[in-house]
Amino acid sequence: MLYREAGDFKTSYAKDNQTFPIKFDRWGYWVILIAAAFVVPFVVNDYWASALLVPFLIYAIAALGLNILTGYCGQVSLGTGGFMAVGAYASYKLMTAFPWMDMFTVTILSGFVTAAVGLLFGLPSLRIKGFYLAVATLAAQFFLVWLFNKVPWFYNYSASGQINAPEREVFGILVTGPNTQPWAEYTFCLIFVVALAWVARNLTRGTVGRKWMAIRDMDIAAEIIGVNPLRAKLSAFGVSSFFIGIAGALFFTVYLGAVEVGEAFGIQKSFLVLFMVIIGGLGSIFGSFAGAAFLVLLPVVLKVLGVDLLGWPTDIVAHLNLVIVGALIVFFLVVEPHGLAQLWRLTKEKLRLWPFPH
Amino acid sequence: MPDQLLFGMEVALNGLMAGVMYALVALGFVLIFKASGIFNYAQGVMALFAAMTLVGIQNGQVPFAHLINATFGTDIHHFGWEVPALLAILLTVVVMIAFAWMVNRFVFQHLVNQEPIILFMATIGLAFFLEGVADLMWGSEIKTLDVGLPQGINEYIDSATFEAFGYGFFIDNLDIVATIIAALLVAGLVAFSQYTKQGRALRAVADDHQAALSVGISLNFIWVLVWSIAGFVALVAGIMWGAKSGVQFSLSLIALKALPVLMLGGFTSIPGAIVGGLIIGVGEKLFEFLIGAPYLGGATENWFAYVLALVFLVFRPQGLFGEKIIERV
Repeated sequence: MLYREAGDFKTSYAKDNQTFPIKFDRWGYWVILIAAAFVVPFVVNDYWASALLVPFLIYAIAALGLNILTGYCGQVSLGTGGFMAVGAYASYKLMTAFPWMDMFTVTILSGFVTAAVGLLFGLPSLRIKGFYLAVATLAAQFFLVWLFNKVPWFYNYSASGQINAPEREVFGILVTGPNTQPWAEYTFCLIFVVALAWVARNLTRGTVGRKWMAIRDMDIAAEIIGVNPLRAKLSAFGVSSFFIGIAGALFFTVYLGAVEVGEAFGIQKSFLVLFMVIIGGLGSIFGSFAGAAFLVLLPVVLKVLGVDLLGWPTDIVAHLNLVIVGALIVFFLVVEPHGLAQLWRLTKEKLRLWPFPH
Repeated sequence: MPDQLLFGMEVALNGLMAGVMYALVALGFVLIFKASGIFNYAQGVMALFAAMTLVGIQNGQVPFAHLINATFGTDIHHFGWEVPALLAILLTVVVMIAFAWMVNRFVFQHLVNQEPIILFMATIGLAFFLEGVADLMWGSEIKTLDVGLPQGINEYIDSATFEAFGYGFFIDNLDIVATIIAALLVAGLVAFSQYTKQGRALRAVADDHQAALSVGISLNFIWVLVWSIAGFVALVAGIMWGAKSGVQFSLSLIALKALPVLMLGGFTSIPGAIVGGLIIGVGEKLFEFLIGAPYLGGATENWFAYVLALVFLVFRPQGLFGEKIIERV
């Protein structure tokens, strides 16, 4: 009833090409956005912020970044953890070297630093593709983690080898450090998520995005029709690393506060983000959010069900988590390779026709 | 001879032995990739699973004991018997064949004709699944594996080299055994694919699925066969690595070490896997010895193999022995 396009007239091309062509969707989008910006910060408590919302927002940024590279441009990357580490260490060095700099600038600059590193490791993608490239990005993963472990300059010669986020403010409100209010952490991340999702959406439906998709679908054909593979691939690597760098910076400064590189940004993180992209849906902005929400929620739900309700030991639940995630990956690839986003799309199609089958 | 050079030679020799171990894992990859075009990320976890199963059967552990105890409030752990090593290995082979059948039945039968990258991601999912199952089944604590392989320093080489150079080389007996077994395994695999009917069918499938189907080769059977062989290779690798450093989670990470080996040797070539393994094994040990430890603060073994493979690939994208990649629109 509600979900109809009948009577929803468009009078210009711009309107026809908008992100949410159906009125109900458009309203839903604004309602969610307003609720996220003006309701959630007032009701959020420490548990919700640190267990669900903040990790969800940060992983959503990382998943968006990886989705640009893997979903839109077709370059599989297993180096996400390494690039997140670059973002984290860049923000740490900036915060300690320029204490007066505000956190927005710090985070965005960390994104640019990561983009530069990403471009460097993206260079081999011009010669090698597919699995070969996936392994090449593993080189980035292991090399970067090793580098941050071994070179004391990166962790300011601290004895433990850890990096700790000092307290920094935005407009007089504390956003990093141990004394931060949960709503401040949440709002700070939300601003980045909304801005970056908007950028990603508009990049992927413009010229740049179409070039990426042409490369993904068939790179040689794309080259013949005039897409420059060098620029398309490198821009995908750059933009993707920018997103992932910001996610890494937020992960360190806002979420964890203290980081040991091998633990926080190991290969497992790369796989986690890749799984978010696969489960959510390759080549879909909504899918990045859905995948991030799903994989952040799953361990929490399992813990509540297994440990709190059934009284199982935590290690069994952790192993079950692995089994379920693995099975889900396979399940999604078999049943719906385009992930949750495609399921959502199908639901919408059905709703538009409801109650008629055709 | 100067000490430094002798020491370097010893490092290189040990690198060769480590390379054999990498090659063992890489072999499993190559087998599956050749016959089905699937890049099997789960190979390392399969080695872990095989080794854990072997230890579990040997000690008469009850599978899923932890889970059963937690669910039903019981307290069972062991059957109370010990299985001799040979019988345990045979039983593990049976388990790996059952696993191969299930993988084919529940996963890859449904993914025929998908893009290679989708298949690759499916094997990553499979790896996670199998790792969780292995931990649930046999418990995640570190286990020692003992199937009666000789271990420790080889006295003969030590004394012989001491007499010749005045410096005894340290070579682990286990590494020598691993090398011999690896050589036998490769010889066996080559003989199998050259001289048996199933082997020929396997090569036919590797060449062209469609053509193989049309001359009456059962694709399903071949895939189960290939996964079983890969499971067997994983078991051998699991035994070697398990005997060397204990059966624990890090075993599954040797898959990550085998990847650069493959890139270097080429995905489709058994000799490539071996040569690649040796190059990487020697390369990373020597690099650590000559440059890593003195100048870079050590632990370069973590990334050296990848960076070497990466640099190499930029000049020769198909690897040393790989088939040339031809692309057409």
